[in-house]
Amino acid sequence: MTRELWKGNNAIAEAAVRAGCAAYFGYPITPQTELLEYMSARMPQLGRAFVQAESELAAINMVYGAACTGTRVMSSSSSPGVSLMMEGVSYIAGTEIPAVLVDVMRGGPGLGNIAPAQSDYNQIVHGGGHGDYNLIVLAPSSVQESVDLTVLAFDLAEKYRSICVVLLDGSIGQMMEPAEMPPFQPLRTEYPDWAVTGAKDRERRFLSSIYLDPPQEEAANLRMLRRWQEVQANEIRYKTYYMEDAKFAVIGFGSSGRVALTAVRAARAEGIPVGLLRPITLNPFPEKVVEDLAKQVEGILVVEMNSGQMLEDIRRIAKGAAPVEFFARLGGIVPLPDEVLDEIRRLAKGPLTLEGHPRDRWLARMGTLN
Amino acid sequence: MQTEIIFAGFGGQGVLFAGQVVAYAAMDNGLEVTWIPSYGPEMRGGTANCTVIVSDEEIGSPQVRYPAAVVAMNLPSLDKYESLVKEGGHLIVNSSMVDRPVTRKEIHSVMVPGNEIAEGLGDKKMTNMVLLGALLANVPLLPLEAVEKSLREHLPEKHHRLLPLNYQALREGARFLAEKV
Amino acid sequence: MDTQEEVIVYARPDSLTKTNTHYCPGCTHGVAHHLIAEVIDEMGLRERTIGVASVGCSVFAYNYMNFDFVQAPHGRAPAMATGVKRVFPDKVVLTYQGDGDLASIGMAEIVHAAARGENISVFFLNNANYGMTGGQMAPTTLPGQKTTSSPNGRDVETQGYPIRASELLATLDGASYVVRRSLHDPKNIRLAKKAIRTAFEVQLRGLGFSMVELLSTCPTNWEMTPQNSLKWLEEHMIPYYPLGDYKVNPAVAEIKG
Repeated sequence: MTRELWKGNNAIAEAAVRAGCAAYFGYPITPQTELLEYMSARMPQLGRAFVQAESELAAINMVYGAACTGTRVMSSSSSPGVSLMMEGVSYIAGTEIPAVLVDVMRGGPGLGNIAPAQSDYNQIVHGGGHGDYNLIVLAPSSVQESVDLTVLAFDLAEKYRSICVVLLDGSIGQMMEPAEMPPFQPLRTEYPDWAVTGAKDRERRFLSSIYLDPPQEEAANLRMLRRWQEVQANEIRYKTYYMEDAKFAVIGFGSSGRVALTAVRAARAEGIPVGLLRPITLNPFPEKVVEDLAKQVEGILVVEMNSGQMLEDIRRIAKGAAPVEFFARLGGIVPLPDEVLDEIRRLAKGPLTLEGHPRDRWLARMGTLN
Repeated sequence: MQTEIIFAGFGGQGVLFAGQVVAYAAMDNGLEVTWIPSYGPEMRGGTANCTVIVSDEEIGSPQVRYPAAVVAMNLPSLDKYESLVKEGGHLIVNSSMVDRPVTRKEIHSVMVPGNEIAEGLGDKKMTNMVLLGALLANVPLLPLEAVEKSLREHLPEKHHRLLPLNYQALREGARFLAEKV
Repeated sequence: MDTQEEVIVYARPDSLTKTNTHYCPGCTHGVAHHLIAEVIDEMGLRERTIGVASVGCSVFAYNYMNFDFVQAPHGRAPAMATGVKRVFPDKVVLTYQGDGDLASIGMAEIVHAAARGENISVFFLNNANYGMTGGQMAPTTLPGQKTTSSPNGRDVETQGYPIRASELLATLDGASYVVRRSLHDPKNIRLAKKAIRTAFEVQLRGLGFSMVELLSTCPTNWEMTPQNSLKWLEEHMIPYYPLGDYKVNPAVAEIKG
């Protein structure tokens, strides 16, 4: 295995290149700018398309156009830029064509800051753009996983004619870790039977998200929903640690998940039987896993870098089978392992309750901080 | 077994590079490693730091509150991190840039006149390598030779004329050993 | 039996579908569609052309054009066309946009596509109002012109001045061919067709961004007969939007010669 030391953002860019990405369109924004810079050198070197667009809005619409040709295409941005892209995201979803989007989240709302955050979970997992649609959302927690999931993102996007988002926070984009790059895939030379390639020796094709006739729009919505059921049935991914004999469970994705891993190990060293679930697909969400886990354990701790956006999903899925507690740092602060360890100790010590809302209890505890 | 190191100093002192050298060497020796810089407005001049974690298993958090070792290249870094070094951990200080001793007694501290040594070698830019040499000599992380090998393998060819000077700086720094706590 | 050979003097171009129009009686969109289709036929480009429709009355351009088409969000046609063209540099890529689409919500996209010298052809229909939504004020609405959102006539003090898109884009180095034509009479329609042809020639030779602005009528929203609207275009729009060549790259001039 040949490992090289890669910065997260650069690694994602190279992985996309190797996955056969033929066109990249983007706009500079911290903390994902290295990805755009890497592509600006790498894509022309390989004779592939690179455009630094005038805005994220233009970038996503360039992606939209390129995606209509059935080629592998991507963009990347960070929270405020992704907000601007939501128009194109909805149109691409409505046109049922594949594209890959990398969102390196930063602190918000508004201009916020450039530090790592996970506060766009709801925007990406539960919507963002207008209309009924689902995005496939992959949440890596390391540089190697960012590489692997970027390649997977292109495959899944194509397989389900969907946008696939690689959702990470700024710290994974900025950190360096050893990673092994995937093999080079050749650029595609054949195009899918829906792509616009010029109407040579065939009927003309037309790609749009417009269905002025409501029954037709309903049919399109149902078609997308049935395709989504396939995604739900086939593509759920997650990782568990120390769960076999666990009486308590921590749930966190991306950076929160790996911070929690350090805390879980420390808690285990203290004799606390705690395990970790790290969802990798945030959409579709590993619901069955959470449901079973809630039946197994005496208490769940959800750790996020947002105010409890995934927490609401966990509560909905756990259905009161186990008490849920919550811990988060906001505004661009990454929780440290010792903070999470304290929370695990508190969880193990009890008493736990099904009453009230975990966010309220966490906020009360945070009261001493601010 | 996991070791966490924070390299801290002014921008331009080469703290990010020193951390990367450790990261490359750890990788080359089959270990897991993470390197994460502080990034933000402060990276435009002012203080700079990075955290390197070396482990023989999957690394969880890339940052910790209480590191096993800190390399403090200047006074603000000493002030910021002295209290955070894990009990029994190491604090490697560039004494050329601080005007006070380390006050904690239950950690290993090493005072290295990095600037003077580097200037003596003819290149002030070698200060980071002097401090790195001291770190490696005191913290059981990687042999000095392994780090030298990784430097040779990963430093771009055009900088290879600087290798002997880097080795020299590492070895000068490695002469500074902490007293027993 | 005496036979006389039939000579076809007019036919539907292959590049147009056999579809009844949804455009209002007297609207010049149909003329513009026909001209573009004729030129594509004549140049043999149909099988390698990809069109980008915009939002506005011409949202349905794809219904009439018998070649591959995609449909852009409002104003984003030049960005989408950029995406298509960068993947397929050998295809012919066109956008068909109205004045609200191009000169208001899509101003950033058109300016930057032109500045990049994006090798696409833009057909810009300027009828001085938002047609599809029922005749609101557009960036091209003339001073004093009444629309449903400037009921007392466009007051430049509060509603600003019209934008002359061709003149503006002609200032950009990336723009190779930018001209304004009109569709109000046969002579001008012939000139418009010639310009459309030149725009495609520019793209085929890789000379960069080309745009043909076509002054158009909107009898329904202007509340005029088709005939009067043609007259209104000539008397009111042309003085504000003079016909002419605003940017002709020397290499383009050679094509024409």
